Amino acid sequence: MAETIVRKRTYFVVWAILMVLTALTAAVSFVNLGQWNAPVALAIASGKAMLVALFFMHLRYEHSKIIWLWVLAGLFWLTILFFLSMTDFGTRQFLNVPGK
Amino acid sequence: MSAESSHGSFIAGNLASSVSAHALQHQFADLEQQRESSTLGMWVFLITEVMFFGGMFAVYLINRALHPVAFLEASQHMLFWAGAVNTIVLICSSLFVALAVHAAQEGHRKQIVCFLLLALLLGLVFLGIKGYEYHGHWVEHKVPGPAFQFEGTDPIHSEVFFELYFVMTGFHALHMLIGVGLVAAIAWFAWRGHYTPAYHNAVDNVGLYWHFVDIIWIFLFPLLYLISHKHVP
Repeated sequence: MAETIVRKRTYFVVWAILMVLTALTAAVSFVNLGQWNAPVALAIASGKAMLVALFFMHLRYEHSKIIWLWVLAGLFWLTILFFLSMTDFGTRQFLNVPGK
Repeated sequence: MSAESSHGSFIAGNLASSVSAHALQHQFADLEQQRESSTLGMWVFLITEVMFFGGMFAVYLINRALHPVAFLEASQHMLFWAGAVNTIVLICSSLFVALAVHAAQEGHRKQIVCFLLLALLLGLVFLGIKGYEYHGHWVEHKVPGPAFQFEGTDPIHSEVFFELYFVMTGFHALHMLIGVGLVAAIAWFAWRGHYTPAYHNAVDNVGLYWHFVDIIWIFLFPLLYLISHKHVP
């Protein structure tokens, strides 16, 4: 289970996709999608981050379960941070709570 | 003929084992275990970095949700082209770092150095453009503090946008600066021939760090420069 050597071609393909996605997210920002500008931009950014992590950072080829455990634990914690925080701030106007 | 080839492979085998013995620290069972430990250590560090930046992203998202108009107006003062060019610069630098790691795996010493220097150069280009932007904000009184001036519906919370902008891009730029130093150091050691296909964990780990800093920018670019730009209600 030695270190996997990724073909150079793979890196160039991933780089090209990242460039296309950058152009796409820049272009979409000029279109008024109302509420949807932010989710679309963040979805594209997440896709780009995933490509970098999987290919440039070799996660796609990582056999070590403990490394995957750490990565997934980090993502899980981020989910808690963002979603639980936003369930608070996103729902404050539902009830007329003083001091919201 | 067969004696000669077996003799050749004996020497090659001996050479490989002597290289491995040199690369392998005594506390590890084998090179794979050593590599896994090194990579795991780097990922643990990077997850603490995720926590560090994650907190700031959460503060940004909450404030943006609470004061959407103030943030929207403030983000109109970002230089769109600077953010876009810097995104391209960082993605290209990440490609060069990935190619440097590839060269280390295959044992091409000069290629490691060349690719690392290219990445370093792009890192400096990024910091130069960032500095140019900071100078623009300074001249336009967009740096939070007593000199901050803002024409808009909610200047106080537009200032909050700029506070978050400077803290987030500032910490990102600090990471870039450290990254440039690390890449320079690794390029020097690579030039001196410290890395072999059997042992190049330091190149791998600096690569992981560089890509991580790239990922942070991949999120900063849309959040600060793109979201709803030009779409003031």
